[in-house]
Amino acid sequence: MTTRIGVVVFPGSNCEHDVVRAVQLVGGADAELVFHDRRQLSGVDAVVLPGGFAHGDYLRPGALARFSPVMEAVAKFAAEGGPVVGICNGFQVLTEAGLLPGALQKNAGLRFLCTVVPVTVVSDRSVLTAHLTPGERLSLPINHFEGNYTCDDGTLDMLRSAGRIVLRYADNPNGSVDDIAGVCNDAGNVVGLMPHPERACDELLGNTDGAGLIGSLVASATSGRGALSRSS
Amino acid sequence: MRFSVLVEVRLRPGIADPQGATIERALPALGFSGVDQVRVGKAVRFLIDAADEASARAEAQDMAERLLANPVIEEAEVTVRADGKPDAAS
Repeated sequence: MTTRIGVVVFPGSNCEHDVVRAVQLVGGADAELVFHDRRQLSGVDAVVLPGGFAHGDYLRPGALARFSPVMEAVAKFAAEGGPVVGICNGFQVLTEAGLLPGALQKNAGLRFLCTVVPVTVVSDRSVLTAHLTPGERLSLPINHFEGNYTCDDGTLDMLRSAGRIVLRYADNPNGSVDDIAGVCNDAGNVVGLMPHPERACDELLGNTDGAGLIGSLVASATSGRGALSRSS
Repeated sequence: MRFSVLVEVRLRPGIADPQGATIERALPALGFSGVDQVRVGKAVRFLIDAADEASARAEAQDMAERLLANPVIEEAEVTVRADGKPDAAS
């Protein structure tokens, strides 16, 4: 049976089809859209919260999306060890939901950033970087106004010592503390990142640096199959 | 009874405020001098039916903690008035 990746769609998500295409293209996985009002994930092997502007980013990015019915199923899936990746707006949703520490503030320069930036792989102990080598340099698209990662000093020390900083910007574009571009939870199965690896998976688009990340996710989802309770 | 509520949400002390910093830099250009420590936040106003002022305040505080503010970076201050007019909390 082919590995199945669930891609959550909130009202205002806009990168879900990019993610579907990327996991099919890179990992040969099946991908399906999971709508925000669903209470079950119906046996998918991994979940991606895609980029966009869930609920219009009203109040704060992710503040309203975190109360969607589907998020209870996502939290349960994550607690059982299922791979969960939040990209851009999805990262914001995961921090608001308390599945990842910290918060994403407005960019330090108060500019919406739409560019390609160099990013360094810091840790390979996450489902998104398991097949990459720490120190590896990737060139990835970013596309955000609120990507300035913030946390208190105690949390930052904990993230550093536990190897939970997954990706760092080589040239910090948004003011993120310690150049953080992505973090994971303690078990490494929940990951959030501001760059968009799904937009860098096809040679037609001139950049395939995201393929290693998407490939790691699909491989982690495949190897985790059966190890997870399928009750969700 | 009907109460009017104002919830002011602002960044915690020590959290960088790029909007406040930008406004602070812009003010001298308009001739306003001596302005310092500009902080930008949000104001949420609403009316609520509650038995008394204390329970209206408790409800608003709960809303602030669970939704209106992100406790990682923000704090909220609740003001409650008993007059229950839409603009009374201003």
